[in-house]
Amino acid sequence: METTVTKKTERLIGKPIRRREDPRLITGTATYVEDIELPGMHYAAVVRSPHPAADIKGIDTRAAEQHPGVVAVYTGKDIDHLGAVPCGISLPDLRIPHHHLLAQDRVYYVGHPVAVVVAGDRYIAADAVDLVEVEYEPTDSVSEPEEALEAGAPAVHAEWPDNVAFTHHQEGGDIEKAFAEADVIVKERIVSQRLAPSAMEPRGTVASWNSGDETLTVYSSTQIPHILRTLMAGVLGLPEHKLRVIAPEVGGGFGSKCELYPEEALTAFIAMKIGKPVKWVLTRRDEFLATIHGRGHIDYYELAAKKDGTMLGLRVKIIQDVGSFHMLLTPAMPTLSVLMLPGLYRFKNVHADVVGVFTHRMATDLYRGAGRPEATHGIERMVEVLAAELKMDPVELRIKNFVPPSDFPYDTPMGVSYDSGNYKAILEKAVETVGYSQLRQEQQEARRQGRLMGIGIATYGEICAFGPSPALPTGGWESATVKIEPSGQVTVMTGVSPHGQGSQTTFSQIAADELGVDIDDIVVTHGDTSTVQHGVGTFGSRNTAVGGTALVLAIRELKEKIETYGAMLLESDDVTYGAGVCTCNKTGKTVTLGEIAMTSWTGPTYPANTQPGLVATNYWEPPNFAFPFGAHIVVSEVDPDTGEVAISRYLAVDDCGKVINPLLVDGQVHGGVAQGLGQALYEQVVYDDTGQLVTGEYMDYALPKAAMVPTIETDRTETPSPVNPLGVKGVGEAGTIAASPAVVNSVVDALSHLGVRHIDMPLTPEKIWKLVQQGGSA
Amino acid sequence: MKTQINVCINGQERTDEVESRLLLIHYLREVVGLKGPHIGCETSICGACTVALNGKTVKSCALLAVQADGQDIVTVEGLATDGQLHPVQEAFWNEHGLQCGFCTPGMLMTTRELIERNPDPTDEEIRHGLEGNLCRCTGYQHIVNAVKSAAAKVGG
Repeated sequence: METTVTKKTERLIGKPIRRREDPRLITGTATYVEDIELPGMHYAAVVRSPHPAADIKGIDTRAAEQHPGVVAVYTGKDIDHLGAVPCGISLPDLRIPHHHLLAQDRVYYVGHPVAVVVAGDRYIAADAVDLVEVEYEPTDSVSEPEEALEAGAPAVHAEWPDNVAFTHHQEGGDIEKAFAEADVIVKERIVSQRLAPSAMEPRGTVASWNSGDETLTVYSSTQIPHILRTLMAGVLGLPEHKLRVIAPEVGGGFGSKCELYPEEALTAFIAMKIGKPVKWVLTRRDEFLATIHGRGHIDYYELAAKKDGTMLGLRVKIIQDVGSFHMLLTPAMPTLSVLMLPGLYRFKNVHADVVGVFTHRMATDLYRGAGRPEATHGIERMVEVLAAELKMDPVELRIKNFVPPSDFPYDTPMGVSYDSGNYKAILEKAVETVGYSQLRQEQQEARRQGRLMGIGIATYGEICAFGPSPALPTGGWESATVKIEPSGQVTVMTGVSPHGQGSQTTFSQIAADELGVDIDDIVVTHGDTSTVQHGVGTFGSRNTAVGGTALVLAIRELKEKIETYGAMLLESDDVTYGAGVCTCNKTGKTVTLGEIAMTSWTGPTYPANTQPGLVATNYWEPPNFAFPFGAHIVVSEVDPDTGEVAISRYLAVDDCGKVINPLLVDGQVHGGVAQGLGQALYEQVVYDDTGQLVTGEYMDYALPKAAMVPTIETDRTETPSPVNPLGVKGVGEAGTIAASPAVVNSVVDALSHLGVRHIDMPLTPEKIWKLVQQGGSA
Repeated sequence: MKTQINVCINGQERTDEVESRLLLIHYLREVVGLKGPHIGCETSICGACTVALNGKTVKSCALLAVQADGQDIVTVEGLATDGQLHPVQEAFWNEHGLQCGFCTPGMLMTTRELIERNPDPTDEEIRHGLEGNLCRCTGYQHIVNAVKSAAAKVGG
């Protein structure tokens, strides 16, 4: 048989290869959950609570059931034997309310699923939702977390009248001493508002039950197919090996699809009940109501420093708006913030108290950055507040306090160890590239002209490449299987579950270089629990650092076997494999990878003590996180008449370790920055004081459009991570983490001569205009 | 009650009986079987459902199928001809103008008309021209590059 593997000498790592995912995506032939059609498909639609808090006095489903075309209506009593929506976090005093798939006798937030209607037609299912009559008796609700903590506030869960969902304390060093020795202490209340992750593809699930062999196939728009399978098997009481979960094409996630949502399990439950495949896809309105929100922090900061700018200590109180129930990782969001509180600075005294608060709102959980943007926003704002207080240049103040390059690996007071970095170098590169001193002169001139120009700096360090297993309830490893097919093509099965990151491309580049084969001879598959060995999934900027490393190690193991087969075929004990061929070092005779692969599968003879076939699997557990870092600089101008902010320059200088594909890294930075900038200027999930969601559509929620995002200049330094053999760190969340403080710092800087020290996000024109009108006093 | 409609979709004439309330996007996706146009919001904001109706871009979630009667529709599936990608598709691929790809069919259809109307658009004109299409992944920059590249190719 002809073999297809070609010799290849060009290295692909580091090259801007256009994506291998794209042909299906640009021709409309990709298959997302909603594109899946199965014979006899039925459609589920969810009845949701219009009240933030109410007792359910009765549900009359008769009219809906009698509606032509409706197959079934299920309410809380039909599913009360099923398991709860899981929370995977444990903390010593964590309170976990039982989170049923459908409300039982009470509803806890607007959008709470109360019943589900099933019909053979999606329009009829939607019609029948309106025919389900639910009798509610509304009770008092509480929407704002600080109000929920007040004595006498309505209890979200009757058994915990203080509305405290959990507390967490962590400290390092001696905070009392640091504050006692300080010349100056600056304080600020800093809010990181609730955001809607807003993947363009709404969540959705298709489930199909095979009654013959009692197996369930679930297609879901998820970032974690293997974990979803374990969780769903538990909720449904189904043996896990009878359940297959497939993440087909997934249209973005940003953390919001790292869950087991009630509707995912309900869709599976209904498919098993009615014996027909069932499709359920959220509308955008339901996506706003019932997909987790991100952020939701109210933080109280105190920063202690010497007169010369030496930062001594940081005391922070974090109030996390939990919502009414925990989702999979909710309590981990603020505890992750705590690990990042010191930022890039070397002070050793940090004291953090966290309180998670139940409110009558949808749950918060992972959203791009997940705890790290909040912490970075806090410290990078506080550094600016301190610089203003001390009348120091913010660049100088940062450099004075950075962890120096000689101190790596650097143990922080929060108990993590930064792997590698050169913070001063990256800030200096950004400052030089942007022309910082020239900009300061322009700013002086602008102010003389009455213009409000600002220069904002933000530096960040990030904990990513999740991560060592003690840090995650899911396990922090990742897996890869590499198989050389008999005809020589290479199949890679990875446990990560990319949904826009381009890992089919980057993993192909890695495999092509490691194996020395043509990239077109490699296929990377993922996202199907029945074909992929096992996996953790895609979140926390981990694909390349963790999944890519598993891939490299699997290939390295395989190469030893390739050489064993090559030695047999070349009748030599001195062979070397490289660039698609195995060469006898004595005679120079060669045998191709394709020939070796065919022999390995079809024989007729095999090397002694060697199994047939060329296939290797690696599960790699990282010894540490990786820690990317960077410096972003924003130049903005505020229109004093309208309060609008115009960004004239956005420079992002990032260090994500070794770069596999610079085109994709730039794409991640751009997208990340747009989300952080969206938080800074535009976005906010708003519940009114009666607990109603005001921002329930894109008409009300200001997702950035193309004209609302500036051109982003990118540059990099490259400090390899010592944590993995590729030297990569991660770049999925960096832009989001850096952008919100960079933008806010620039706007505060534009107004600093009016005495403005801090403005909470989003920086709406109304908020800015009022500040300008009041001469800076908020 | 069903109504008969005659449409030409990606160059093929067809006749269907549709419910009068059926949205054009659902007609295309579920009756015709074209899964390229996507549903991202159903409020005509996100533009994932964008198609061309008689050469002009429309949001197919904001039209009824019956409104398309007698008209010509092109979806993303109709962009490539004879196995050759349309320059707009090629440009989005080359410039990394997409990540998760969900908004892409709409972006491509809008871009097709944008560069037809304005063969040499500035960055600002591109960004305003795309205001009916939301993307959460790319931060738009590579999309802007792709539109410019496609315009240069078509114009040149």
